[in-house]
Amino acid sequence: MKKFTTLLVVSALVLACAGCGSKGGDSGADVKSEGVMTYDEYVAAELESEVVIETYVQAKQSWWDNKATVYTQDKDGAYFVYNMTCSEEDYNKLTTGTKIKVTGYKAEWSGEVEIAEGATFEIEDGNYVAEAEDVTSLLGSDDLINHQNKFVAFKGMTVEAAGQDDDGNDVAFLYNWDGSGQDGDDLYFNVSLDGNTYTFTVESYLCDNTTDVYAAVKNLNIGDKIDMEGFLYWYEGVNPHITSVKAAQ
Amino acid sequence: MSMRNFSRKRFRYLALSVVFGGMVWLTGCHGQVGMDAFEIPEEFDQSREYEITFWAKNDTNKTQTAIYEKAIDDFENLYPNITVNLRLYTDYGKIYNDVITNIATGTTPNVCITYPDHIATYLTGTNLVVPLEELIADERYGLSGSKVQFDSPAEDEIIPQFLEECAFDGHYYALPYMRSTEACYVNKTYVEKLGYTLPDVLTWDFIWEVSEAATKKDEEGIYTVNGQKVMIPFIYKSTDNMMIQMLKQKNAGYSTDDGDILLFNDTTEELLNTIAGHALSGAFSTFKISSYPANFLNAGQCIFAIDSTAGATWMGTDAPLSDISEDKIVSFETEVMSIPQFDTANPQMISQGPSVCIFNKDDPQEVMASWLFTQYLLTNEVQIAYAETEGYVPVTSKAQESAEYQDYLSRCGEDDAVHYDVKIKAAGLLLDNVEHTFVTPVFVGSASLRDAAGQLIENTVKSVRRGQEVDDDYIAGLYDDITALYRLDQIRMQNSRSASEKEELGTLPGTAVILLASLASAWLLIIAYVVLQAVNRKRNCQ
Repeated sequence: MKKFTTLLVVSALVLACAGCGSKGGDSGADVKSEGVMTYDEYVAAELESEVVIETYVQAKQSWWDNKATVYTQDKDGAYFVYNMTCSEEDYNKLTTGTKIKVTGYKAEWSGEVEIAEGATFEIEDGNYVAEAEDVTSLLGSDDLINHQNKFVAFKGMTVEAAGQDDDGNDVAFLYNWDGSGQDGDDLYFNVSLDGNTYTFTVESYLCDNTTDVYAAVKNLNIGDKIDMEGFLYWYEGVNPHITSVKAAQ
Repeated sequence: MSMRNFSRKRFRYLALSVVFGGMVWLTGCHGQVGMDAFEIPEEFDQSREYEITFWAKNDTNKTQTAIYEKAIDDFENLYPNITVNLRLYTDYGKIYNDVITNIATGTTPNVCITYPDHIATYLTGTNLVVPLEELIADERYGLSGSKVQFDSPAEDEIIPQFLEECAFDGHYYALPYMRSTEACYVNKTYVEKLGYTLPDVLTWDFIWEVSEAATKKDEEGIYTVNGQKVMIPFIYKSTDNMMIQMLKQKNAGYSTDDGDILLFNDTTEELLNTIAGHALSGAFSTFKISSYPANFLNAGQCIFAIDSTAGATWMGTDAPLSDISEDKIVSFETEVMSIPQFDTANPQMISQGPSVCIFNKDDPQEVMASWLFTQYLLTNEVQIAYAETEGYVPVTSKAQESAEYQDYLSRCGEDDAVHYDVKIKAAGLLLDNVEHTFVTPVFVGSASLRDAAGQLIENTVKSVRRGQEVDDDYIAGLYDDITALYRLDQIRMQNSRSASEKEELGTLPGTAVILLASLASAWLLIIAYVVLQAVNRKRNCQ
């Protein structure tokens, strides 16, 4: 019994250490398997060329008809994988931090560089959860795009009017970009910093109307100071998909 | 600095229809979901309260949402005992998938914006969708009926061609709501800069030639026509429409009315080879591969953008709607033309746009409430207001010929909002060409066949961009892949089964008669043998 208890305690400690080590703080370099690109090689690869990467799931956006869209990231950079071939069973195995090897083609759609529809993947041993990188100071700069698709943070921004309601009153968010939607659709809201205003989105496939962030944005008031986290998606310019909104610290 | 990025979602649901369509067919194999047929009640009972749901599609357009809401308010004022709950969608595929899901749980909406292709799948459940011909003709509650409390159009005031698009299997299963076609939005400035003059009717040869000319770059990789690093001269939004219209114009096969698939033919191969050549040179791409044609057109990075007339408000230098920032918009003259043709003397273009169907319910009074609301969507107030939001046209002559609508058309270009010239010209294009429009046959699985037609182009273009050679072997493999992906063999089987069910009361084919006669004879001989043996045993016992 004593041996069993000891084994149990040791196992728990090992697992706990592994869990701690996998959280963003792991400073070890990403060692890629044979035939797998580094992030720099991926960036250098031509559009429409075949790419093979090893990366870690950071968020799952959607699964439908054996296609999964996921945000992934390794210790050097991020990869958006659009509609990769994936059974529902495999999709359920993907959790935040799961290591996957993806084979597909690099493509660009409206400025978003991604691994195009139809990529294949396999789950590998390993786990890494990226910490949100503060890119607030990069907003409006040419350097921001170098962080495309990463899990990022924006701090101390002020909520501005997103539009007006039917009575002409300013509102803090809109359903769809022009207010044409309903509860459950994407939320659009404006935030400013140093006199510049930016439009951020709660993407409803990524965070639906049951999530905390969806509720938080619906409760925003113009003038609120907020901190946000999310993924640095691109659509004809930066279009962050926000996953967390909190009062500014 | 200010940045605004308005994201229109990528069309995510196109392929899903295959799965759900398949599910419904399978349900059909083991016993269909079904209801008793709807019968028009003696009277519509206005002493009762009704709550109905309306699933509507808008083009991510606030004005359209407002028009739906106003239509509901106005209708509820006329019928205070009917409450209409609006659920908004921004693409047909999502509505289709949700309807299929709700068929399984018996929670379909009452009234639903839809496409006839989709209704064909809904009809695999017995009596799920209400046939409308008796309701349309009903003297009291039918179109312009005596007991209808608003000014609805008469049956003969619906544009006949649009109404016929909602007829299949011998019934009207929907009413048309809005109609559009496709237009080619042309950067005329660049066409002329390249030394060409736009013809009266665009041809495929002309578009390919100009597009190839526009791929010319200088030694630094800058396109000479626009001075930018990006130029995709020709972008097509809906490649399913592209293939369907090309085949129609060439009088080549697509499908029969009964659902036999003719898509995989030599003309298709010839078209794919042509498209592959222009994809290779960079002269052609698609929405799925590159992005919205409007974004490239307005940035001076595309010369021929083909999209729905219902997307006209996004097209052109002065477009009221735009996904790209103002500093990226280039100034140019926009020409709105019909899609390119192979035979300019016999132009052919698709007719598309939303229709409205009614789902059957156990309570016929609830169905009557749904019918009255559906009919209300055809009133001039709704038709004209909605048509003016995009390059749609009203589906009734009553609305088209009204002074209000004629005034709207006559003020083309007066401003860049309601009277935006590109939008009104796009609507005019359909109004002038109704007799040149067509629709594809509707049958179980026709939605999947449509998707397959587009996917042939998508896969070909994608393969070329990735360095694959498009040759006979490639095309043969592509045909197999697409057949499997869209389960087109199942479509054949399903429609064969439907056809045989329809024919069950008719004369049996000769082979079937021979087979049945043989079976009957065999059974008679077996029975005779058994009886004879029994008689012999009895005799032996005695």
